[in-house]
Amino acid sequence: MSTVKIRKRKQFILTMVTLILLIIVMFFISLSTGVIQITPMEVINTLLHNGTEQQALILFDFRLPGIVLALFIGAMLAVSGTILQGVTQNDLADPGILGINTGAGLAVVLYIYFFQDMLTLSGPQSIFLMPFAALLGALFAAGLIYLLAWRSGVNPIRLVLVGIGVNAGFSAILTILQLRMDPQNYRQVTVWLAGDIWNANWNFVLALLPWALLLIPIAIYKAKALDVFNLGDEVAAGLGINVEKERGLLLLIAVALAGAAVAAGGAIAFLGLVVPHIARKLIGPLHQMIIPISTLIGAVLLMIADTIGKNILAPSEIPVGIVVSILSAPYFIYLLMKVK
Amino acid sequence: MQALINHSKLLKTIINLIAFITLIGSIGLSVSYGSTKVPIETVWQAVFHFQPDISAHQVIQELRLPRAITAALIGAFLAVSGAIMQGMTRNPLASPSIMGVTDGAAFALVITLAFYPSVSNLGGTFASFIGAGIAVSIIFIIGTLSSGGLTPVKLALAGVAIGALLRSISSVISLHFQLEKEMGFWMAGGLDGANWNAIKILIFSGIIGMLIALFISKSITVLSLGEEMATGLGQNNTLIKILGIVSVLILTGVSVSIAGAVGFIGLIIPHITRFIMGKDYRWIIPSSAIFGALLLVLADLVSRLVNAPFETPVGAITSLIGVPFFLYLARNSGGGSK
Repeated sequence: MSTVKIRKRKQFILTMVTLILLIIVMFFISLSTGVIQITPMEVINTLLHNGTEQQALILFDFRLPGIVLALFIGAMLAVSGTILQGVTQNDLADPGILGINTGAGLAVVLYIYFFQDMLTLSGPQSIFLMPFAALLGALFAAGLIYLLAWRSGVNPIRLVLVGIGVNAGFSAILTILQLRMDPQNYRQVTVWLAGDIWNANWNFVLALLPWALLLIPIAIYKAKALDVFNLGDEVAAGLGINVEKERGLLLLIAVALAGAAVAAGGAIAFLGLVVPHIARKLIGPLHQMIIPISTLIGAVLLMIADTIGKNILAPSEIPVGIVVSILSAPYFIYLLMKVK
Repeated sequence: MQALINHSKLLKTIINLIAFITLIGSIGLSVSYGSTKVPIETVWQAVFHFQPDISAHQVIQELRLPRAITAALIGAFLAVSGAIMQGMTRNPLASPSIMGVTDGAAFALVITLAFYPSVSNLGGTFASFIGAGIAVSIIFIIGTLSSGGLTPVKLALAGVAIGALLRSISSVISLHFQLEKEMGFWMAGGLDGANWNAIKILIFSGIIGMLIALFISKSITVLSLGEEMATGLGQNNTLIKILGIVSVLILTGVSVSIAGAVGFIGLIIPHITRFIMGKDYRWIIPSSAIFGALLLVLADLVSRLVNAPFETPVGAITSLIGVPFFLYLARNSGGGSK
């Protein structure tokens, strides 16, 4: 038994180290590619404050905040998806598919719509308040979906189906609202909703940082409860776990992570769906290991998707959410074919 | 018994007749209301005693009337497509927008416009038939490859995923070729492109599609009772299904090429008409056409009045009507009692 445990731990550490190396490599590739090429050596020099002024401007003011943001958003969405799949015992759960992202998006657009005269959009107060608006919207969406899908229990497929319906409803309201905005805000909101790390600047990173640094560790700390849910509610209760309380807390964390991620990066669907599956394939069913691994996979995947989107059809930039959808929708269909 | 059937036939005819008169009235309303209101007598005169030097007559003949007629035709086509799909697959969630067929058509339109910017109306319509066909084929392949067979609900989910995929690829293409505006229009659905030329294409394709639909309506009734039973009755199911798919492709394709992806009409209307008309598709299909036309004419009217003088995409209005209905269906058919 203990040798199995040790082997598992070794495997876990190895996977973590590999992923971190991958993130570092991707980080430099991502920093050096773009409309203006900067070689990796120059990147290192610039990071060490030895580069030209132009290079420093491109790296520190444009590329670096975008990449750091992608890392955080990817990690947050991945953890959110992992928790949602664990809590609902549903392989198809994802904050994007379930409409939680659109709910958060709607709240942010409402916030911009009603306060657009009082605040400048990318001004600091506006950015720090946005995650809270998104959180409210995400919570509302999650509650609504759960309520509508509830029929003496929540069946996985019905949950997804209801999510799709709620998603379509929110999208319709969004379309109507967007048309009532002034053209400048309209354009920004449209791009942002497609899942773009738009206007990335350090303020966004700062606004997102506390959410990621607070919620992801709590999720890892609470991971044991997710493992126990796998055994069924009765067993969990028998093991002395307050099932409803733990479930509620975990859902709250998942929704908050998704909401904050949407506030900064727009509605990116499917990432939270795919990452937990990859993590489970790599490390097995224990959530204490899945959540850290998912964090890293989510970060690296979104960074890769962001780099692809920025470069594949340059000079046109493709919103990262669209790249993620194209890469992951086939996997969703594959999962669907397997689910009973 | 005979009398009862006759009576109910009479009743059904009366209901259809009332719906049809309401439709004509709604078209009149739709023409009369807008950014400026035109009295209904003027509408009457513009249609039957047209005088080219009166500007209100011009507006009605060139803008409002074609728009209202386009709305009626497209509403009818989408509703009939939905009815055929639901009947053939016995899937209450089947409909052109849910299954990704409208997204497929829009996808092909974006590609065509990207590579042949000077494509004609007719060429665009043809492209959107092919795009709709691609989406249907993918869904069909997924259904076949799925080991345990796909349940209705899973098939609907697959359609949503395919729709998302095709929409994403369309976005990429439209971003690269600077077609965001056209793409936005097709994805949201709108009727501001309506003109007499488009109506000609609509009527021409519509006649073919509707004739096929009516021709197979009896067989669809049999098919909707179960495939084994249909085979047992000596029906050639494959032929009926092919004809049904062709009809759906024509009706949906031509609709999307002119008004974009207007959602939920093909989902809601067949349920309503089945509720009123019973299980016979010889009644369901023509009624769906009338009720679908009515719904889209009214939705278009709302879309122009809700935020006047600006237009709201009509697809957003039909979604707002359709979503509660979809949620109701999802709750009831969401697989199992738990």
